[in-house]
Amino acid sequence: MAKFKKADSMLEWFDQRLGVVNFAKVMMTEYWIPKNINFLWAMGVLLTMLFTMLLVSGIFLLMYYKPDVNMAFDSVNYTIMQEVAYGWLFRHIHAVGASVVFLIIYIHMFTGIYYGSYKKGREMIWISGMLLFMLFSAEGFSGYMLPWGQMSYWAAYVITEIFGGIPFIGDDLVVWIRGNFYVADATLTRFFMLHVLLIPLAILGAIVFHFYSLRFPHVNNEKGEFFDYEVEAEKYLAGDKKHSKVIPFWPVFLSKDVFVMGVFLIFFFYLVFFHYDFAMDPINFDKANGLKTPAHIYPEWYFLWSYEVLRGWFFEIAGISGKSLGLMAFGFANVIFLLIPWLDRSPTVKPANQRPFFKYWFWILMADLMVLTEFGKLPPTGPNAWVGFGASLTFLVLFLSLPFITKMEAKKAGRK
Amino acid sequence: MKEFKILAVILILVGITYYGIEPYAHSVMHPEVAPADFTFQDVKNVDTKLTGNAANGKTLVEANCIACHAIEAAGNPAVMSNADAAASYGVVPPDLSHAGRIYDANFLANFVFDPVSAMHLQHKYNAESGKQFPMPSYNWMAPQDIMDIVAYLQSIAVKVTDDKAGHKATFEAACGRCHNMQYAGIEATTPADNLKTYMGTVPPDLSQYIKSRGEHYLHSFVNDPQVLLKGTSMPRVGLTEKAQEEVIAYMEEIGDSKKAERNSLGLWVMAYMVVFAFLAYLWKRKIWEEVH
Amino acid sequence: MMDESRRGFIGKAFGAVAAVGGVASLIAMKKTWDPLPSVMSAGFTTVDVSGLEANKLDIVVWRGKPVFILKYTEDMKPTDGRTVKVGDHYYSVMIGLCTHLGCIPGYEEDKKLFKCACHGGEYSPDGVNTFGPPPRPLDIPPFKIDGTTLVLGDEGPEYKKMTAKA
Repeated sequence: MAKFKKADSMLEWFDQRLGVVNFAKVMMTEYWIPKNINFLWAMGVLLTMLFTMLLVSGIFLLMYYKPDVNMAFDSVNYTIMQEVAYGWLFRHIHAVGASVVFLIIYIHMFTGIYYGSYKKGREMIWISGMLLFMLFSAEGFSGYMLPWGQMSYWAAYVITEIFGGIPFIGDDLVVWIRGNFYVADATLTRFFMLHVLLIPLAILGAIVFHFYSLRFPHVNNEKGEFFDYEVEAEKYLAGDKKHSKVIPFWPVFLSKDVFVMGVFLIFFFYLVFFHYDFAMDPINFDKANGLKTPAHIYPEWYFLWSYEVLRGWFFEIAGISGKSLGLMAFGFANVIFLLIPWLDRSPTVKPANQRPFFKYWFWILMADLMVLTEFGKLPPTGPNAWVGFGASLTFLVLFLSLPFITKMEAKKAGRK
Repeated sequence: MKEFKILAVILILVGITYYGIEPYAHSVMHPEVAPADFTFQDVKNVDTKLTGNAANGKTLVEANCIACHAIEAAGNPAVMSNADAAASYGVVPPDLSHAGRIYDANFLANFVFDPVSAMHLQHKYNAESGKQFPMPSYNWMAPQDIMDIVAYLQSIAVKVTDDKAGHKATFEAACGRCHNMQYAGIEATTPADNLKTYMGTVPPDLSQYIKSRGEHYLHSFVNDPQVLLKGTSMPRVGLTEKAQEEVIAYMEEIGDSKKAERNSLGLWVMAYMVVFAFLAYLWKRKIWEEVH
Repeated sequence: MMDESRRGFIGKAFGAVAAVGGVASLIAMKKTWDPLPSVMSAGFTTVDVSGLEANKLDIVVWRGKPVFILKYTEDMKPTDGRTVKVGDHYYSVMIGLCTHLGCIPGYEEDKKLFKCACHGGEYSPDGVNTFGPPPRPLDIPPFKIDGTTLVLGDEGPEYKKMTAKA
C-alpha cells in the first residue's frame, strides 16, 4: 500500500478509500453543461426520474403479482387493486408512468432531431438513445401482457403474429417466441422474465452508456454553437459566472430540472389519480379469452404510428402481398430513426427553423406521425385505410428523401 | 417568453394527438345510443293508470305465481332447491320479495302480460326458433287483475337501506340468478351448466364490469341490453332508475373499492406537488441569479 | 521461450475452443425457449360431424386454435380442394383465425359469409378471402376422416390430396 495518513474527517476517510471528492467534481460540480438551453433540456433528467418511479413501483407490484394464466388477472385486479394497501397507487403509477414515459421520450427524441443533436461527434448519443427507445418499447410490450386482460392477450397475439410474415422461418419463429402454438402460459412466464429482469438490466446498462456517451461531445445547446469547454469552465471557476457559456450540472443545471420536474409531476399525478383510462384500457379489465376477439384491437398509443405504417399497406403491389409490404415498411420504420445521423448530409448543427429545407421536413414529419398515430387507432375501413396508406407512404418518402434535401441545403449554404 | 412558446407548441401537438386517439376514437368506436328509458313506454299492453288492489292481488298471486316463485317476504318459501328449479325451468325463477321495489311498475305489469316482448327477447323466443320462455304469458288476465298483482308485490316488497348491504340485496335480486360476482363471493343461483344451455353461453362475472364497461355504458346497457348489444340473450330486466343506480353502486363498491381513497389522496398529492414546484422555482431563481 | 508462431497457434486454438463453448451455450439457450414436448404433442381433436346443423357454424378447439366446421346446405356448392366430404354431406373445415392478423371471424348465416370484426376482412363459406386485408384463404388444418368423425392433427389421404392440389 502507498503512503497512508490517518483521516481527520469522515469526508477524508471516504475520499482516501473511494476518491469521493474527485468523483463528485467529475460527476456533479465540474460536469459542464451549456448555459444556453431551454426546458427541453430537462427531459433527460425527467426520464431518469420516471424510470426510477417505474422501477420502484414495479418492485412493489412484483411482491403480489403471479405470472400464471389462471392467477395473473385476479392477482392484479383483486389482490393488488383492492387488497394491498396502496397497491392500486403503485399500479396506477406504473401504468400511467409507462405511458407518459413514451411521451417524454418522444419529446426528448424530437428535440434531438430539431436541434440537430445527433451529428458532428454526437452520433453515439443518438444511437444509445435509440437503443433505449427500443428497449423501452420491448419493456412496454412485455409488461402490457402481464395483467392478462383481453387487450394484453390480443395485443400479444397480433404483435407476435407479425413475425410470422418473415419468409421461411416465420411460422416456426412465432411458435418459438410464444413457446406454444398460441399465446399461452409459456408465453406469459417468459415475457414476465423479460419484463422484470432481462430488459430492465439492459435498460440500466444502456442508460449508463447513454450518459457516458454525452461526456466527450458534450450536450448540444439552443444555437448549435461549438465552443471550447475548458476555456469556459475556467472562466466559470474563476468567478466570471455571468460571462461563462457553461454551468455545472450541480447545482445550477439540476435546480432548473427540479423545477421542471415539479411542474411535470403536478400533471403526472393528475393523470395517476383522476385520468388514467388512457393508460389502463377498460377492455383490459376483461380477463383474457383466446376464443373471443374484442371488437377493436389496438396497441398502446405510443406504438400506433408504427402499427399504422404496418397496416397502411392493405393491397397487393407488383405481386407482393399487402401483408409483406406492410411488414417491410414496419421494419423500415423501426430502424430508420437509428440512421438519421447518416441520412442528414448537411454538416450544419442548428435548430430546424434556421435551416431552409430541413424545417419543412421536420414539421411535415411531425404532422405525418400525428396522422399515423390518430389513424392507427381508428378502424381501418373505407377512407381511413387510404389515409393510412398515404401517411405510411409519406413516412417512407420523407426518410428516403432526407439525404437529398439535406445535401441541397448544404450546397445552398456553401454558395453563400 | 421563448420557453412559453415552446411549451405552447408541445401542448398543441400533444392536445391534437390526444383528442384524436381518445375522445374522437372513442366516439367512432362507441357511437352514442338512445338515452335510457326508465318508464318503459314501448310496452303498452296493460293500462297502468288503473289503481291496484293489493288484497285482491294477494289472492291472484297465491293462485298463479307461487307454484314456481318463492316470496320469502310473504312467507312463501321456494318449492324446490336451486339445482332442481334450474333443471326444471332452465333458470331459477326469481324470488318475488324484491320485485315490487326493483322493477318499474309499468314494466312489471307488461311483463306479466307478455314476458318476451317486455324483455325484448323476441329474437330468441319465436315461432321459428321453437323456443319458449319458461314463464307463460298472462295476456288473458284483465288489466285490473294485473295491476292488483303489481300493487300486492309493491306492498310486500322488502325495504333496503341505502348502503353497501342494501345495494348488495338489490344486486342479488336483479342480477344474481345468472351472474357471478367473484370479488364479492357471489355465485349465480342457477348452476353454470344450466345457464350455458339457457343463455347459450355462461353469463360473465361482473366483478370488474364497472371498470371494463364503465358507468356510462352500464347505464344504457342494464336499461336495455339490445340497444348496445343487438341479439344478446340477456333480457331487459326492467329495473327502476333507483334500483339500477343501486346495482351500479354495488358494482363500484366491489370492483373499484378504492375510489374514495384515490380521489381524496389525489388532491393531497397534487397540492403537495404545487408547493414542491413553487419552492423549486424559488430555489432555481436564487441559483440562476448568479449565472445570468 | 515460445516462438511467435506457437504463441499464435495457442491463441487461435483457445479462441476456437471458446467460440465452440459460446455457440454450444447459445444452442442450449435457444432450446430452452423451444415449446415443450408436451405442448408439441398436444393431442389430436376428434369431432363427430354427423350431428351438425347445416349453415350453422360449429367451433372446436384444436391446439388452442378455434377450428370452424360448417356443414353445407343443399344449395351451397362445394369447392374443389377446399370442401371436405364426410358421409353424404359437404363441410368446410378451417382454422378460424383471420389470415390477416389472427382474429376470429364470425359467421353471418343470412349472408352466408365470414366477417372479421378486427379489420373488416370477409370470407366465403369455403374460407376464400373475398374482401379486405386478408392475404389468403383461411388455413385448413391437417385432418383425417374416420367414418363420420374428423381427427384434427392427423394427415389423412383426403388432406394430402388437398395440399397436393394447392
